[in-house]
Amino acid sequence: MKKKAIIEITAKCIFTLCAVLAIFAVCSITIYMFIKGTPTFHRVGVLDLLFGTKWAPTAENPSYGILYIILSSIVGTAAAVLVGVPIGLLTAVFLSEMAEKRIGGIVRGAVELLAAIPSVIYGLIGMMVLNPLMYQMEKALYKDNPAHQFTGGANMLSAIIVLAIMILPTVISISTSSLQAVPQILRSASLGLGATKMQTIFKVVIPAAKSGILTGVVLGIGRALGEAMAINMVAGGAVNIPLPFNSVRTLTTQIVSEMGYAQGLHRQVLFSVGLVLYIFIMIVNFILLKARRKGVGEA
Amino acid sequence: MFICTAFFMHFLQDLYLCTVVDFTRLQYDKKVNRSAKVKFPENELKQKTGSGLQSKLKSGSGQETKPREEMETNIKTEKEKRKSIMKKKLIAAICTAALMTAALTGCGSNGTATDTTADTTQTEAADASATDTTAEEDTAADLSGTISLAGSTSMEKLCEAMSESFMEKYPGITVTVEYTGSGAGLESLASGSVDIGDASRSLKDEEKAAGSVENIVAIDGIAVIEDKDNGVTNVSAEDLAKIYKGEVKNWSELGGKDEAIVVIGREAGSGTRDAFEELLDIADSCAYAQELDSTGAVLAKVASTPGAIGYVSLDVVDDTVTAVSIDGTEPTEEQILAGNYLLSRPFVMATKGEISEQNDLVKTWFDYIASEDGKNVIKQVGLIIPE
Repeated sequence: MKKKAIIEITAKCIFTLCAVLAIFAVCSITIYMFIKGTPTFHRVGVLDLLFGTKWAPTAENPSYGILYIILSSIVGTAAAVLVGVPIGLLTAVFLSEMAEKRIGGIVRGAVELLAAIPSVIYGLIGMMVLNPLMYQMEKALYKDNPAHQFTGGANMLSAIIVLAIMILPTVISISTSSLQAVPQILRSASLGLGATKMQTIFKVVIPAAKSGILTGVVLGIGRALGEAMAINMVAGGAVNIPLPFNSVRTLTTQIVSEMGYAQGLHRQVLFSVGLVLYIFIMIVNFILLKARRKGVGEA
Repeated sequence: MFICTAFFMHFLQDLYLCTVVDFTRLQYDKKVNRSAKVKFPENELKQKTGSGLQSKLKSGSGQETKPREEMETNIKTEKEKRKSIMKKKLIAAICTAALMTAALTGCGSNGTATDTTADTTQTEAADASATDTTAEEDTAADLSGTISLAGSTSMEKLCEAMSESFMEKYPGITVTVEYTGSGAGLESLASGSVDIGDASRSLKDEEKAAGSVENIVAIDGIAVIEDKDNGVTNVSAEDLAKIYKGEVKNWSELGGKDEAIVVIGREAGSGTRDAFEELLDIADSCAYAQELDSTGAVLAKVASTPGAIGYVSLDVVDDTVTAVSIDGTEPTEEQILAGNYLLSRPFVMATKGEISEQNDLVKTWFDYIASEDGKNVIKQVGLIIPE
């Protein structure tokens, strides 16, 4: 009897400690990022930092504008979501509504494998396959444009394509499970009222599963925003306006590529870049939380 | 509460000791003191609450059974106990969070402690040893003391590697290096605040007049590389500057085939980029198509992109790329030693007066650099040994 009680208490304590560890990690990271990231905003100036367009940290008169970097992150993520989500959603519809067991199994396996591929592999393939293709395209498109700086195929478009593929598994798996969670009665009722299968899917099933799908999209945004390795390998890494055939640098790759040798204020600004990224991720998570709550409320 | 604190402090400090190789003995002493202080009340607490968790946390297996026995004779009811434990946990959590954050930021502000990269960790170690000169003293028989260097940031790699292997051989001597820039380093030397001033350029006449003596310890060479199929194998320094400024955009303008030039360089802060731009006098006016963050990446990209041009340290050039001649001079060690190749610069460790006039420690330092071990270090960091 008493031995049992001890075990109970011990177990409870261990669980609590584990939970505390997670909270503690989040808290300390947040506090750390803010403590390290905010002073530079004062030193460089909020407007100069966030809306400056010139990134020249090692120049005689250094300037630390990260507007293009922020824009590249936003544009890259948005475009990747625009490309990736429709493909992901339709794959999810196929998996949950149409696929036969065997084919569905194959597709599902492929998606799971896609999720498990490390980002450096995406980067490698992007660098070796995508970039040369992009360079061919770039050459053809800008043949008569003397002002264009040729990037050798390492550009925004490559980054977008890689990101779009990378967010697919997240979008597909979460959308599929939320589509499958839609009660069969709804489908039967819709079909019984004379709607076709397509009408049922697009007018009944998808709207019913929308909060789950939204969750998948938001998680996809989080992944695209936070990806560093693959982007670093395919996007070129020069700070430019985020146009499709420009070499760009995102918030993540900014930190990755310059942390090695950065010193003094340059290094501190990189922490601020990290803080900006962190705030973006917090916003995404906040939206996610809202979306999930809404989903719970509806159910 | 104390237990949690102690546990986390241990964890935290062990982590630091692991990552930052020689991270001040001072810190370590602090840790010992703190845990000694904390451990006492910890044991008392354990016996009072009799919580199994605490014995689990501590690895001491002998203690594990004791609280359990006491537990049976304990007076408090289960519920009360649980409540008090939960309360303690909560307080502990909050305190730990506060403590850990304080510790993290405390260390963070101490120079560049939060780094993960190898080079900067080394800097950190060197920084740390600057404040801790007594720790390693008296272990070597003959020589002990401190050699202080200050100067060029480009020489960081060389100085770190050299001081590390030097201190391995002479554990009694501590070498401290500050990276303040070539000019500032020579000023410190002139004012007598350091033993050696590092400069990644030749000394100016007025610096020599101030009594500084130029001791070239190594030569840094940069090769300009292009892909194998490129026909242009000789570029003038002027054209090279134009290419990197974005004024020349096609190889046909330089007598090559009609192929766009893809301008590849390193990220801001890189020593190679710093040297390249400085030597061509195009600092901060370069228009890069790609900024890559490692030498290997530049090599790979240049090799695989038609029309690409890039720059890397001379020693890493391999046969996947073509090294370009500049103003007709091939980038070879011989040409650099003869002083003909433009993209090279001396790494100077200047002293006030000749080396023979220096104290024994500084003499030992220069002897070491000239020895086989020292030469190996210079080769390892990709530099050329001067004659």
